[in-house]
Amino acid sequence: MEDKDTIICRCEDLTREDVRKLIAAGYTTLEEIKRISRCGMGPCQGRTCLQLLVREIAEMTGKDPAEIAPAKTRPPVKGIKLGTLEKGREDHE
Amino acid sequence: MVETQLLVVGGGPAGLAAASAAASLGIEVLLADEGLKLGGQLVKQTHKFFGSREHHAGVRGIDIPNLLLENQDKVNIMSNTTIIGCYEDGVLTAVTGEDQYFKIKPQRVVFATGASEKFLSFPGNDLPGVYGAGAVQTLMNQYGVVPGKRVLMIGAGNIGIIVSYQLLQAGIHVAAVVEAAPNIGAYLVHASKLARAGVPILTRHTIVEAKGTDSVQSAVIAQLDEKWQVIPGTEKELEVDVVCLAVGLSPVLDLLSQIGCRRKYIPELGGDVPFRDKQLKTSIDWIYVAGDTAGVEEASAAMVEGRLAGAAAAAQLGADSTEAGKIIASCQASLDSLRRGPVGAKIRAGIAKLEGGCCKCLNHQA
Repeated sequence: MEDKDTIICRCEDLTREDVRKLIAAGYTTLEEIKRISRCGMGPCQGRTCLQLLVREIAEMTGKDPAEIAPAKTRPPVKGIKLGTLEKGREDHE
Repeated sequence: MVETQLLVVGGGPAGLAAASAAASLGIEVLLADEGLKLGGQLVKQTHKFFGSREHHAGVRGIDIPNLLLENQDKVNIMSNTTIIGCYEDGVLTAVTGEDQYFKIKPQRVVFATGASEKFLSFPGNDLPGVYGAGAVQTLMNQYGVVPGKRVLMIGAGNIGIIVSYQLLQAGIHVAAVVEAAPNIGAYLVHASKLARAGVPILTRHTIVEAKGTDSVQSAVIAQLDEKWQVIPGTEKELEVDVVCLAVGLSPVLDLLSQIGCRRKYIPELGGDVPFRDKQLKTSIDWIYVAGDTAGVEEASAAMVEGRLAGAAAAAQLGADSTEAGKIIASCQASLDSLRRGPVGAKIRAGIAKLEGGCCKCLNHQA
């Protein structure tokens, strides 16, 4: 399989090759890979890529997917403009 | 701050049923949905449902939202509204349209946020022409746009088979349906229609690669052995301009995970699933789940779960407990009947795993 032509994270343009290099270098949790590569931090917020990433980690570390902790999610669940937040604050005052 | 007794997040089959059940019990309901039109995935389901009359058999999916909204005047509907945050003090934040940001303080919440499509990793998986089945349905059934001329469908579950048939109806060639499992997952009625139209359904097959320079021009498929590995030498190249992925769904849990609802990885239910008791209450007392969010099934079960969660939340909010109890009991019986038989075996196994693991954190209702 051509890992450099296989996309894991479309938003941040990370290939299977990129991800497997990170896992081989010792980044073996979703949180670590997210922080070092931005995998899961684009517009889809990980809905597409994180499951593929879990499979890669499971395959390379021999862990069961159930043992791989999910990544932390924080508000907002989708991109919104800073101006929208600012306007919301004014409306509440 | 908007205050309400019950907030329902998501206006698909589960959310609509939850809002309608709670409103029928006299509860003040706010329904927030991110779409412009209510119905969730139902707005693309142009085919007739089957099963029993109780589950809207014979009715086209697109007509079901209206049936579910018979109590609409008692439900305050906010379309084009996304709930973007859920906080421990019981406040949720929302955005309507592009720029209206506000807070909601409900007494109870039903999350019916549905599921997202799974993706596959193979070379060429980001070429234009690689679609999710949901996108193909949106293009064709909502906007009347065909995705291409020749399609390779990946996945022979209900979605893959139904979308393949709809592609044929739109005059598009379906080169093949491939399925990694040894059996077809879809109802036989649908799969037979497709087989009679001459579309090969290849079990124990997968996609190896999508090829093309600027967009998909062909796809390579191959046979799998019993350990799900490609058998060398079985590769075949099909001339297609669309690869459609229908390889399953997983629950959308981002809001539940923000607030720390307990969850468990259960592949039978689509991946990470929130713990919930028999009345669909999560590990957090004021939060309920229904539909695919609570574990991926299909629309009939989602509607029953919605009704169940709506009635259970209403009972907690002080609605007539006899009336609410009747709805809860009838929904639980209805779910049992939907999950009966070989078709429901996987769902039953998944739910058993979920319930087996939550005795410490939830008070089970009999």
